[in-house]
Parts: sequence; structure tokens; C-alpha cells
Amino acid sequence: MTETLTGAQITVRLLERQGIRTVAGIPGGAILPIYDALGQSTAIHHVLARHEQGAGFMAQGMARVSGQPAVCLASSGPGATNLLTAIADAKLDSIPLVAITGQVPRAMIGTDAFQEVDTYGLTIPITKHNFLVTSAEELLEVIPRAFQIAASGRPGPVLVDIPKDVQTQAIEIGEWPEPGRALPAPAADPALIEQAAAMINAAERPILYLGGGVVHSGAASAAVDLAEKANLPTVMTLMALGAMPVDHPLSLGMLGMHGARYTNLALDECDLLIAVGARFDDRATGKVAAFCSKAKIIHIDIDPAELDKIKTAHISITADVSDALHQLLPAVAKNDRKNWGDRITALQAEFPFQMPGADDPRSHFGLIRTVAACLDNDAIIATDVGQHQMWVAQAYPLRRPRQWLTSGGLGTMGFGVPAAIGAALAEPQRTVVCFTGDGSILMNIQELVTAAEENVNVKIVLMDNASLGLVHQQQTLFYGERLFASQFKASPDFIKVAQGFGIAAVDLDAVANPCAALMEAIARPGPCLIRASIDAEQKVYPMVPPGAANRDMIGA
Amino acid sequence: MNAINRNELDALNRAVLEIDVNNHPGVMSHVIGLFSRRTYNVEGILCLPVGDGRQSRIWLLVNEDQRLPQMIKQAQKLEDVIAVRRHNANHAVFSELESFFQA
Ligand SMILES: Cc1ncc(C[n+]2csc(CCOP(=O)(O)OP(=O)(O)O)c2C)c(N)n1
Repeated sequence: MTETLTGAQITVRLLERQGIRTVAGIPGGAILPIYDALGQSTAIHHVLARHEQGAGFMAQGMARVSGQPAVCLASSGPGATNLLTAIADAKLDSIPLVAITGQVPRAMIGTDAFQEVDTYGLTIPITKHNFLVTSAEELLEVIPRAFQIAASGRPGPVLVDIPKDVQTQAIEIGEWPEPGRALPAPAADPALIEQAAAMINAAERPILYLGGGVVHSGAASAAVDLAEKANLPTVMTLMALGAMPVDHPLSLGMLGMHGARYTNLALDECDLLIAVGARFDDRATGKVAAFCSKAKIIHIDIDPAELDKIKTAHISITADVSDALHQLLPAVAKNDRKNWGDRITALQAEFPFQMPGADDPRSHFGLIRTVAACLDNDAIIATDVGQHQMWVAQAYPLRRPRQWLTSGGLGTMGFGVPAAIGAALAEPQRTVVCFTGDGSILMNIQELVTAAEENVNVKIVLMDNASLGLVHQQQTLFYGERLFASQFKASPDFIKVAQGFGIAAVDLDAVANPCAALMEAIARPGPCLIRASIDAEQKVYPMVPPGAANRDMIGA
Repeated sequence: MNAINRNELDALNRAVLEIDVNNHPGVMSHVIGLFSRRTYNVEGILCLPVGDGRQSRIWLLVNEDQRLPQMIKQAQKLEDVIAVRRHNANHAVFSELESFFQA
């Protein structure tokens, strides 16, 4: 039996068939037909963001916790341009996103029509792929393909730009296409796996280096199994935190710019680096020539373009890292590596990670540790970008893949609140905590009302140092203490702001017992903002100065 | 002098890339964008449809520098790129066109 449907109805039906149950967006003229159809859908819940960037990051939050492509919607022109930052962020962190934008009618494209912008052209460099749809029929192919591309191989954002007249064009549909799903990745070359296993077995001082790809491919437990079997000390990138529990005996935590000294020093001594789903980002490697300079490198990644991009590997394996690790596991010998283990223990004793004030909930580390003490591993931890982000990365005991949502590659202030809302929408049974700064929160503060409207279980912990802390730190350390444009002369009353947006708020400065107040605020269901003053002079330490080698860290 | 200029000056040779693509508006921007964002100059471009016109072939004349292998991998990742082949600069496709490009 055939039915006659418009492009808009087809789009919504394809999203339903795709299994999409929540979308975030903002309507406008050029996408109104789709909104009209969406309004008729009983399967899809639409979350009305207050800025398209918020919608983009909500979709990212959903995708990051579920691993499945999530959808955001925007109208043409300013709606589309407002989405760009969230799309670019998804590209750099390999997050599967399908962004759907309205476009002016086909006949008006190229005429500088009202709210016309070249969305297709603008998104070429920041998407994995993009489409400008030219007919309603084409939607039947493009929408499933958008999901397939977003989810396959190295995940990423896909944009589908749909002119308004394509949305209103009615066609007869006889048969629906299959939903788009991730295509299987090519298997790892068994010969290379064998060589890699031999190299691991022969290594005296190997280190396993996990990147975000381990989380994306669901390979965390395989990575831990490999580490345990072969006794591989393991470092994680910012994106991989949670892949191995931080308190696992083999975990050396985060590497790089703000990793612990012993972590970077261990890397400096390793004779074999096994990079899995990691891309040798400059924040992880420091000065590349000095990164693991004594080591052979095995590099496993699903994206062949990452292999040999920054560092030439001795063995490069293109594969889904989960498959590769499963193949590697039986081929790798048990090995207690006593000497290397002892050496690591000695480095840890000599160059430990310092967490001053960890027992004081009014200090930055103490606040983070107290929040952690109120929660279990089911909680989701999101951050914004700045000092607070790095402190949380250093101090929060992350123990589960997909527990940790942070803007790694693009480092986008404003990520935290909407991403946390998206995470809470996707996993309503969990508590979501968003650590933010007073600079970052203002970049998407409008989404507090969305949090109120959706009554999401999001606890926003605002670490308020009345400054752009990370900028303040850089100016203090590297620009002769010339503080410029990094201290706020005026700050909003965040408690009133939160209350004004309709969410509960607690000022930890004003309570006698911050631990109890935190516990209560976190336990109470629904959105809440928890504000605490943080000393603006605090630094993120230790730190690799810009351009330096990781072994040359400064600070405690 | 920044590293990129140095790269280009150090380019001893040129290479010709033969790229099979799906023929649709935008594919050229995808391919060329890979070069422009890296300030990697494309010295020559030729593109015509092949066969029934559903595919096109893009020929690029580029300076050979150390980034070229990465450029080829990035091009291979594009959804609309079907194949990338690398040739030496003396490939006939550009040399036979020289008469059209006299100053
Ligand atoms: C959108 C955006 N603009 C500018 C920056 C540069 N930047 C990085 S951290 C930072 C300061 C962040 O301040 P805040 O959110 O208060 O966090 P803090 O460092 O104080 O913890 C700035 C301006 C950025 N990362 N993102």
C-alpha cells in the first residue's frame, strides 16, 4: 500500500524508524513544515532549546552517553550558523550527530533570500559529510545514509540541509528504506596483530595509551583485559577518561599537559607505546619529537588517516579498536613485568600527583572530591572548559566509559550545561553533574530554563572564580602577570539567575556545612545550581608549558 | 618564515593526483577544501565527467611535500571520493594542456 506524504512527514517518519525518540532544536520559517510534522509525531519528544548551539550540545550529550547518533534541528540562516560550533565540536571529538537544517526554497537558493546562508558550504570542513537535499525522494536515501555515515567507522557529525519546498513536496511512498546503521569495519590484518603481539611480548617497559576511540568502539573492557594480561601500565587521554577506572592498579591516569608528573615521566621511559584509538593530540604529546622518544610505537585506529599523521608508527593497524584488542588478547603473553612495575611505583612515589585541599570542600579539589563522595559510578560527569575542567579531569574518580562528557578537541566553553541536559534526557535514571566556570556557564546560560522545563536531573556545580581562570593562569605564568580581560569586573548573582530561570540554587559560600548542603542538593531530584567561590589564584598544576616536552612540567 | 611556506619551497617535485568522485555540486569544494584549509596550493585542476556522467574525474597538480600522503588519506576519507591515484608530475594530463596556458 502506498501513502502520500510530504518531505517533512517523510523526514519525521524516517527519524522515527531510525529509533530517534528525543530531538532538540528551535523552529523558524524555513523548517516549519518539519516542525509541523514533528508536532504530529507521538514517538518523538522535541526539546525546545533556547539557542541552537544549546540544541547541538544537547544532541551531543545524548550521543556521548548512548553512543548512538542523536539529532538536532535548526532553521535556515542564523539558526544554522548558531549550530556550527556544536557541529565543529562533534567533529573534533568524533561524536555521531545528525543535524537537520531548514533552507530557503530551491528556487530562492543563491538569491540572498531572507535568512539564506550557504549552510552546505559552511559545514563542509566541520562535518564528516553533508547533504543539500534536492527532492523529497532523495530524503529516503539521504536520511538513512546520514545516520549510517555518522555511526560508521570513526563517528562524526553529518548535516542534512533541506529546502522548504522539498519539505512541502508530496510524493507517494511504497516502501521505506532500512534505517541507517553503522557498517562493520574491515578486520585487522592478522599478520599485523601477530607482529604487534610479538612486540608487546618482547617489550620491557610498554605503556598502553588509550584515546577516545576506545570509548567510541565500546572497547574499554577489552583494553583493561589486555592491560591486565600483559601488565601494561595504562595512560588515558582526556577523551578516554573512564575507559580504565582511575584507581585500577595499572592506571596512570591522564597523560599530557595536565597529567601527573609520574605519568609523563613513565611515558618518557617507555620502550613501547601501544596507542589505541588515540590521535597524538598536541595536548597529550607536548613537544612531539620528545614524546616517548625511546619507544617503538604500535598504533591502532579505525581511521587510517590518523596513522602516521603525527608520529610514524612501527606497526600501524587500521581496525575497529575493539576487534583489534580482542584479536590481540589471546596472542599476548602473560607477563608480570616486575622491573617495570617497580619502576612505575618508584616514579609514583617520587613524583606523586598533589591534590592540595582535597579535604576542604571550599577548595577546588575538595569541592570536586566532595561531589564525587556524594555519587556512585552511575553518575554522569560533564564539564565546561577551563581550569575547572582540568581539575575535574585530574581529581574526579572516573570509573566507567561514557561516564565523562567533555569538549576535548575543540575545547568549547558553553558545552557543559546543554550537554548535561542532553545526557539527562537520554539517561533519565542517572544523576548528571556538570562542573562549570563562571565564564563558561554564561555562554549557554539560557539553557537553564530548558533544564527547568524538562525537569532534568542535572546538578550544575559552578566553580566561581570571577575570572576566565585558564586565561588568568596563562597570563600569570607566560605573559609577565599582565592580567588583561581575564577578570570580570561585574558578575551576575548566579543564585538569582538560576532561580529566575526556574531552577533550585544553593550558594555553598553561605552555608555552614557545605558537605551536607552538597549531599542534599545532589540527592534532591531535578535541576539545581550549586555555586561555590574558588580562589582565582589557583593554578592547574602540574603543567607542560606551551611548546615544551612533557617531561619538563612546571608546578607542584 | 612559517613552516608551511618552507614546506612549499622545499617541495622538489610536483605530483599529479587522479581522483574519481561522484559527480554532484559540492564535491569539488570538499576535495579542494582539504588543500585550502592547510594553505596547500593546488597548482592545476582539471575535472570532467566520465562514462554516464554519474562520476567525474578530478586531476590535481600539486607540489609534492611531506603533507601529501596525509592529503591523500584525507581525500580517501571523503564520502564522495571513490579512488585516489598518485602519479608523477610528468603525467600527460597536464603537460598536454600546456599550449592553453601560454602567458
Ligand atoms: C567559546 C570559547 N571561547 C574562548 C575560549 C578560551 N578559553 C579557554 S578557557 C577560558 C576561561 C574559562 O573560564 P571559566 O569558564 O570561568 O573557567 P575557569 O577557567 O575559570 O575554571 C577561555 C576564555 C574557549 N575555550 N571557548
